[in-house]
Amino acid sequence: MGIRGRIKDFWIEQRLFEQRALATVFIVAALTLVLLSRLIWLQVLRHDEYTDLAQGNRVRIEAQPAPRGIIYDRNGAILAENKPAYQLELVPEEVPDLKATLQALARIGLIDADDIDDLRRIVRSRRPFDSVPIRLFLNDEDMARFAVNRFDFPGVDIRTRLARSYPQGEVAVHALGYVGTISESDLARIDREQYAGTSTIGKVGVEAAFEEQLRGRNGRREIMVNARGRSVEKAGGLEAQLAAIPGDPGTDLMLTLDLEVQRVAEDAVRDQRAAIVALDPNNGDIIALVSRPGFDPNMFARGLTRPEFRALNENPDQPLFNRALRGTYPPGSTIKPVVALAGLTYGVVQPTEPHYCAGWFSLPGSSHRFRDWRPRGHGTIDLRTAIAQSCDTYFYDISNKIGVRRLHDFMAEFGLGEPTGIDIGGEKAGILPSPDWKKTVFKKKADQVWFPGETVIFGIGQGYMTSTPLQLAHMTAVLATRGKNYRPRLVRAMRDPETQKITELAPRPLPRPEAGKPEDWERVIDGMLAVMQGGTASRSAAGAPYSIAGKTGTAQVFTVAQNARYNEAAIAERLRDHAWFVAFAPVEAPKIALAVIVENGRSGSGTAAPIARKVMDAYLLRKFPPPPAADDRVAATATAVTEE
Amino acid sequence: MLREDVESATQRTLTRTTRLLGTLRLDGPLVAGLAAIALYGQFVLFSSSGGDWESVLRGSIRLGLGALLMLALAQLRPGLLRRITPWLYLAGLVLLIIVDAIGYIGKGAQRWLDLGFVRFQPSEIMKIAVPMACAWLLRERPLPPDPRTLLLLAAVILVPTALTILQPDLGTGLLILMAGFIVVLLGGLALRYIALLTVSGIGAATIGWFFLHDYQRQRVLTFLDPQADPLGAGYHIIQSTIAIGSGGLFGKGYLQGTQGQLDFLPERTTDFVFAVIGEELGLVGVIVLLGLYVFVTLRALFLASQMRDTFARLLSGSLAATFFVYVFINAGMVSGLLPVVGVPLPLVSYGGTSMVTLLAGFGMLMSLYANRKLAA
Repeated sequence: MGIRGRIKDFWIEQRLFEQRALATVFIVAALTLVLLSRLIWLQVLRHDEYTDLAQGNRVRIEAQPAPRGIIYDRNGAILAENKPAYQLELVPEEVPDLKATLQALARIGLIDADDIDDLRRIVRSRRPFDSVPIRLFLNDEDMARFAVNRFDFPGVDIRTRLARSYPQGEVAVHALGYVGTISESDLARIDREQYAGTSTIGKVGVEAAFEEQLRGRNGRREIMVNARGRSVEKAGGLEAQLAAIPGDPGTDLMLTLDLEVQRVAEDAVRDQRAAIVALDPNNGDIIALVSRPGFDPNMFARGLTRPEFRALNENPDQPLFNRALRGTYPPGSTIKPVVALAGLTYGVVQPTEPHYCAGWFSLPGSSHRFRDWRPRGHGTIDLRTAIAQSCDTYFYDISNKIGVRRLHDFMAEFGLGEPTGIDIGGEKAGILPSPDWKKTVFKKKADQVWFPGETVIFGIGQGYMTSTPLQLAHMTAVLATRGKNYRPRLVRAMRDPETQKITELAPRPLPRPEAGKPEDWERVIDGMLAVMQGGTASRSAAGAPYSIAGKTGTAQVFTVAQNARYNEAAIAERLRDHAWFVAFAPVEAPKIALAVIVENGRSGSGTAAPIARKVMDAYLLRKFPPPPAADDRVAATATAVTEE
Repeated sequence: MLREDVESATQRTLTRTTRLLGTLRLDGPLVAGLAAIALYGQFVLFSSSGGDWESVLRGSIRLGLGALLMLALAQLRPGLLRRITPWLYLAGLVLLIIVDAIGYIGKGAQRWLDLGFVRFQPSEIMKIAVPMACAWLLRERPLPPDPRTLLLLAAVILVPTALTILQPDLGTGLLILMAGFIVVLLGGLALRYIALLTVSGIGAATIGWFFLHDYQRQRVLTFLDPQADPLGAGYHIIQSTIAIGSGGLFGKGYLQGTQGQLDFLPERTTDFVFAVIGEELGLVGVIVLLGLYVFVTLRALFLASQMRDTFARLLSGSLAATFFVYVFINAGMVSGLLPVVGVPLPLVSYGGTSMVTLLAGFGMLMSLYANRKLAA
């Protein structure tokens, strides 16, 4: 081939072209086969896989959040319900630039510029195809503002959802708890499927403890979407064949709370730092659970703003702190009836045996004087008077004779030093001290020694011992029923919202304390009766048509956290003793047992006992005093207006 | 009697059609193949445009214009094509340089030349002018070409290729390169040169990588691993393979393709229309179309082989081969075999100038065939 200078030979060239054309035919055939193999690979061999992918493209599964269960009090009054509300939602994968979108929403005033970073974190932590609420409870003006600008916000839309609402406001908030925005730590532990389309979750109280039941089960609905994520009914010749899986609405809860009594209790300590727990000693049902100050749970349900949260969190009165379950205070004299029962049980004291109180007590061989609250002493007294007058030296003596180990074990049977096991979370155990306890708590050997003097003051509820108001109410209930013991509870029954079938929950009994003979119990209760009849709290029992057994107490406050929150006057106020009162009534057939603490209330008889009386009157007599005068602020405004 | 009547009537019609086609200097089978592809294309366009009659109307007008141009070019006198070849090539070269200069001054990509009343891409002219020039060069020289001729051919092909790639338009540049190279191959390029070019081509591609624009590199990378950027550059390929794969053997049915109808498929009336066919009409629909393409290619190659003149033969053969390469590149790209380059599916993709230029090419081919007995 290729002889230089050779002239053109048309016949050879024709043959050459034909060869090349034939080669081209083979190449065409080969390339066609390559294409066909590829198409068979895609359309036959991997057809199923691609069908799934195409289906996943066109069908989006939208969660239909189940309505949350409604919460009622024991008489059917609504404590928590759902109300339709408009909210702004965002689908992460449809938003081209999240930061810019949020900033633009902040510019038109729909979200707070300070919240942008938090929102970005929340949105990013959600699944990209789930609609994430970013602003709840839009009003008409917000909606109009969004409607005008909506084309600037692809992937953002207004949705109607059921939002949690607490019609009673602050009342019972520390029992009920609240729902709040799902946080990143919540997301780490929950099933995201079940929270699609929801922005809130039960945070504390009943709302958190019964989250599983209240939440129900989300339904799902398939929608056909186009490439821009918009839902489409029909496209070309394509019609949606879509499935819908209905969900289950959340279970309704019936609480043991009595809203009317709860209100009375809250009003009685409205402007105090205080806690009240009242329960039915026959089954552990909590009638009222108060911790003041409180706050409005609706703030959490609609999303707290930063200033609101700061105000709540930095308030020196700690409104978010659940004193009833988490406040641990020295129980003081309120435990004396149990100590007396221990003394009778172990035979270290006889009910009528006279005891001389000189105003102080000393251990044998020691010159240290443990003083009585009454400096001149109570003179010669018996067990009944010792309880009625809350004589300290009597109980110093008993607890010294019983010994710390036996006393510890005895009081533990009344639920002290361990959580009561109430059906909501967050409860504290308090401290029931013992030599063993000291060994686990203190590091240094020298600190681990249990001193006899510590046994002495144990008997009057001072020293290391601390208890929560709930524990003392429970202890009082056990005393009231002469040993019947139930776990305190807030939820009495559940109702299936579809069938309306009510499932009653059985009270949960606890072991009966192995304590004393029946007459020993009566002796102690008689002492508590005497407290109300000529004893320390007799004024609070005046005129009661039912019999009350009670016991006052004071918890000494030794230190106040020294920080800038308190000025000197406030420190002085906060160094006052806490006032305790525990009681039950009627004595013959107890229906209510309760514990009241008023922080820095000074006197159990003067401050706490009258509050307990109001609660008992409300529950036993259905006697409801008019609520305290309308909010001071409103009154002040009204005055100002008249003066002008 | 009746049957004989029918038969003779059929015969008469056929004869008349053949005579008419002969008068019009058209090749019956080739025209039939092209018409079938074009009609298939219009049928698919109705679905891919979402049932839009207006698109179909506009597509048909364009098709009609192309057909008229084909008919007109088929009437060209023998020798005219050959004579205008150097001028067409030179004009194309000048226009390419102008476009590049404007682009350089304006510091931006420049592909179009705006003449006020019409805008067009000079690189499109080169797709046909380069193979014409190559065939023209080879016509007077003995085949297979000697090294001097090859160097000349290389210059004729590489200069416009380089100018087009500089625009920058890598895809069209490569198509021009290929169109010219096919002529050289058909001209009898010795196998040892083919081997040498293959090796140096791979070398050049490696070096060329460093001169590519970022977006061009991105395309290649995305082709190699579409999942690396599923919402960005890889989106096209992923969605088109899903469309084709989910179509299965018989497809989801006409107008029933979810990927296409719900806009998941990008550019579904133009470059990615092949995926619509795969989705709605399935493997069967795709095989029918590929069969038509192969038929047209083979028919055109056959016509070329019947020609006596080297220029006519080489040009026609390269038109046929190029036509098929377009099909292969487009189908390969849409089904994820090749990187995404802007090559339309011949006669089926909507819009652009490709339909008109393709039909013009076939017009020229048929003119050359009509004059096959003559040395053009």
